[in-house]
Amino acid sequence: MAPWTVSDTKIPQGRLALVSYVSVFCVILLLVGFWKLQVVQSGHFSDLAERNRIRFIPIIAPRGPMLDREGRVLVDSYPSFSILLLRDQPKQLERSLPQIEEGLGITREDLEQQMEAAKGEPKFQPIVIKPAATEADIAFVESHRADLPVLELMMVQRRRYPHGEMLANTIGYVGEVSPEELDKSDGRYRPGDIVGKAGLEHEYNDVLEGTDGMRRVVVNSVGKAVRTLDDIEAIPGKPIQLTIDYDLQSVAEADLANKTGALIAMDARTGEVLAVVSRPTFDPNDFAVRIPPKEWAQLNADPQTPLLNRAIQAQLAPGSVFKVVLATAMLESKAIPATYTVFCPGYATFYGRTFHCDHAHGWVDLHKGIVASCDVYFYNVGKLLGIDRIAQYATGLGLGQRTGIDLPGEEPGLIPSEEWVERVYHHKWYPGSTISVSIGQGAVMATPVQLARMITAVASGGTLIEPHLLKDVTGLTPKHFPLSDTTVQQITDGMWGVVNEPGGTTQELVKLENIDFSGKTGTAQTESFGLQNKLGQKLRENGWFVGYAPRRHPEIVVAALVQRGGWGSTSAAPIVRDVVKAYYDKKAGHPEQAVAAAPQAPAPTQTRALVASVGTAHP
Amino acid sequence: MKEHVHDFDWTLLAIVAAISGIGLAEIYSSTHASAMAGMQYRQLIWIAVGLAGMFLVSRIDYHTLLDQAPALYAFGIATLVIVLAIGHSRFGAKRWVALGGGVNLQVSELMKLIIIVVLARYFSEVRSDRLTLADLAKVALLILVPVGLILKQPDLGTAMVLIPVAAMGVVLAGIHWKHATIGAVLLGLSIPVGWHMRTHLKPYQQQRIETFLHPEEDQRGAGYQILQSQIAVGAGGFWGKGFGKGSQNQLGFVPVRYSDFILAALAEEQGFIGVGVVLLLYLGLILRLVDNAQKAKDKAGMYVVMGVTAILGFHVLVNASMVIGYMPVTGIPLPLMSYGGSATAFVFLALGLVMNVRMGRFVN
Repeated sequence: MAPWTVSDTKIPQGRLALVSYVSVFCVILLLVGFWKLQVVQSGHFSDLAERNRIRFIPIIAPRGPMLDREGRVLVDSYPSFSILLLRDQPKQLERSLPQIEEGLGITREDLEQQMEAAKGEPKFQPIVIKPAATEADIAFVESHRADLPVLELMMVQRRRYPHGEMLANTIGYVGEVSPEELDKSDGRYRPGDIVGKAGLEHEYNDVLEGTDGMRRVVVNSVGKAVRTLDDIEAIPGKPIQLTIDYDLQSVAEADLANKTGALIAMDARTGEVLAVVSRPTFDPNDFAVRIPPKEWAQLNADPQTPLLNRAIQAQLAPGSVFKVVLATAMLESKAIPATYTVFCPGYATFYGRTFHCDHAHGWVDLHKGIVASCDVYFYNVGKLLGIDRIAQYATGLGLGQRTGIDLPGEEPGLIPSEEWVERVYHHKWYPGSTISVSIGQGAVMATPVQLARMITAVASGGTLIEPHLLKDVTGLTPKHFPLSDTTVQQITDGMWGVVNEPGGTTQELVKLENIDFSGKTGTAQTESFGLQNKLGQKLRENGWFVGYAPRRHPEIVVAALVQRGGWGSTSAAPIVRDVVKAYYDKKAGHPEQAVAAAPQAPAPTQTRALVASVGTAHP
Repeated sequence: MKEHVHDFDWTLLAIVAAISGIGLAEIYSSTHASAMAGMQYRQLIWIAVGLAGMFLVSRIDYHTLLDQAPALYAFGIATLVIVLAIGHSRFGAKRWVALGGGVNLQVSELMKLIIIVVLARYFSEVRSDRLTLADLAKVALLILVPVGLILKQPDLGTAMVLIPVAAMGVVLAGIHWKHATIGAVLLGLSIPVGWHMRTHLKPYQQQRIETFLHPEEDQRGAGYQILQSQIAVGAGGFWGKGFGKGSQNQLGFVPVRYSDFILAALAEEQGFIGVGVVLLLYLGLILRLVDNAQKAKDKAGMYVVMGVTAILGFHVLVNASMVIGYMPVTGIPLPLMSYGGSATAFVFLALGLVMNVRMGRFVN
């Protein structure tokens, strides 16, 4: 634009006056509009406002069920009632509170807390004050409809775990959405919504969760619903089918009952998880409504950690199971000749310290080293390999990293190396530590699922399966850590010997007829001798067994851990044997146990009748 | 300095104070029993900030601003482009830039001020008493660039608000009857054409148009909002239900009752009397502004004041029409009454420009 100058100062007064007239005209038009609504039609709108007590009652979508691999129900939902508190009549509400307290057994404190929490919601939205109404509660609300119009019943879908503790740590549980989840959900959730909190319920929440519907009802001036305007139907959540085999799961659960430990059974070809147990456990039905804070605190503080899914979260010394890694490293790296032998007098001395072995095994070669689990043999192998070569093969076989199973909270375990000790402890690796690591002690930590996967990889030429629980999973891309045929043959022959040869650590106690059952025991010290001396008692070891069949290219692999169970051969191996046997029995068409078919939900006939009566209360 | 204080339009300020006071009271009534309680204090802070800004702007000679019109225009356009690129989204629209301390400024509000200044400069330079076709084309160009950018945010309401500034300028600068007729015909044609183009609108805009045309078919969305607003207004009757006693308002049936629909909340609680007082106050505000324009020292000053008048008048007209169902929901707040920081700040800064023009006439 050109340099700016005021052109002239003549103000168009006439046109400005026109603007004034137009403004006056517009305001008159608006006043007429308001007059029409507020004076002419006032009666009509007052009426609408009086009757316009439209209330939105959510129609809760049932969560999708979880089925086992054959379609048997593991988790489902059932209809029940929640009691709603209507808040659009503050005075009436205040008057009714004492009666509600008494009739429903809710403390005034609790009531006020819940009302405070819902302050941000519009007042015509009711709040849930009792999520799982008992029959007595329902009767109370029904019989006080006239004098307690601030109460209303809402049908909801509640989660049911028909088998209680079975598979609990893996299935997880549901609970009320947390304030953080609410914030993150971008309006998808409302306070009080039920979401998956742990395990598969959490992992597959988006699939399982349906979309809640909404019923708009018109209520009269005392809050009673007079008619339903419309329904938006709820869209139920989708079912998910799991890879779990209910029959194998039952066998495994029974064997581990009253023990502390874990088990995971997988199809060794695909990584499908057939059974997974963690003990001690909990009953997710306790969480399905609203767990009292006290009970929740107890579960969390329990030193037995019942909420931990030990199959994927227990990071423990693998003990002698780890010798399979050393054997693989020894044969594959060719750092030590395959014919390497050691004389075992029952102990060995390295760097001025004496390391024990449970027997004097005499002359030991690799086969005998695995079969009899000779510590002295592997001390020497480990010393010759060095820590970094051990770490290289352990990592290659999937240890020290998450397997990627479709469950939240999997732990990675730990494989020590020179780099690790320098990074974490800022000192050089002590060569003596390699000796402990060689027999799966020291800093080595692994989870049951990792060990099952590692043994499978060794027995099948290096394929690292991807453990998963969802049946229809696509896009699996197993990693490979190729192993030579001779390596696989030598080590699997050793693991076959563990079960089937007279000198094996299982002392032929878990042999199975006609089944090429193999495996490796582990018995890991849990605490240092120093601590045990301090405690003045000897803590029993953690027993491990990872078994599989057949001997090479297995189709089933089972890892079991019995904490403080003592020898792996007597504590864990029989459990693995039972599961493998059940697998083959079932395959042969005669399951060992008659297992209940699709579990029937306890038929809530009375509740159903109530559903019907309440459902028709507001046609 | 003493002169300065005397030269302020205290009548105008009294009207502004009355409207703001009623607004604060209604914000309090609408939110006191909810989780948003205390909102009126935040609004009060914005009013205080706005007042400070108004006094500040009134001290800068508007000719200095008009001198910088091209730079201001470029700055405004650049800001809009930056917002589109990096602004963060709120309620699905990119309109906000974060200032320090968690304050978000809606930049399109700034653009309103800039457009007032830019168009005042443009029209004051027109020497003839009638705009030529070329003049009109230039006005269209000046206005359509920011309108397009704001539409892209998308903020239909604010984009629309810029147009009355241009329309007001065109009317005041003079337009041939021929051009006016063609313009009216084109506008008339654009409605059916726009109807066919509606599929290019954002889904929420389509929804609002559908709702406006068929409110009864959309009982849950915007149609539901308008219906609830109408019920609130109608139920208020002549005398109103009383402060804090409107069921539509207190139970949350009236949508955003503290902001865009604050007039519905007021209508329910204070009745036709209350609405009448408020609308007359707004009329007083507009007439007082026109009076200031009539007494301006030069044409530039007049255009500045009338630009402000156009925007405020348009806001009141569209917002009040929406509340009684005469117009679709566009998200245009009621100036000085609706809760909102940027919008309130804009009104006070715009009034600062008016004060400036008013004082200018006493300077020489």
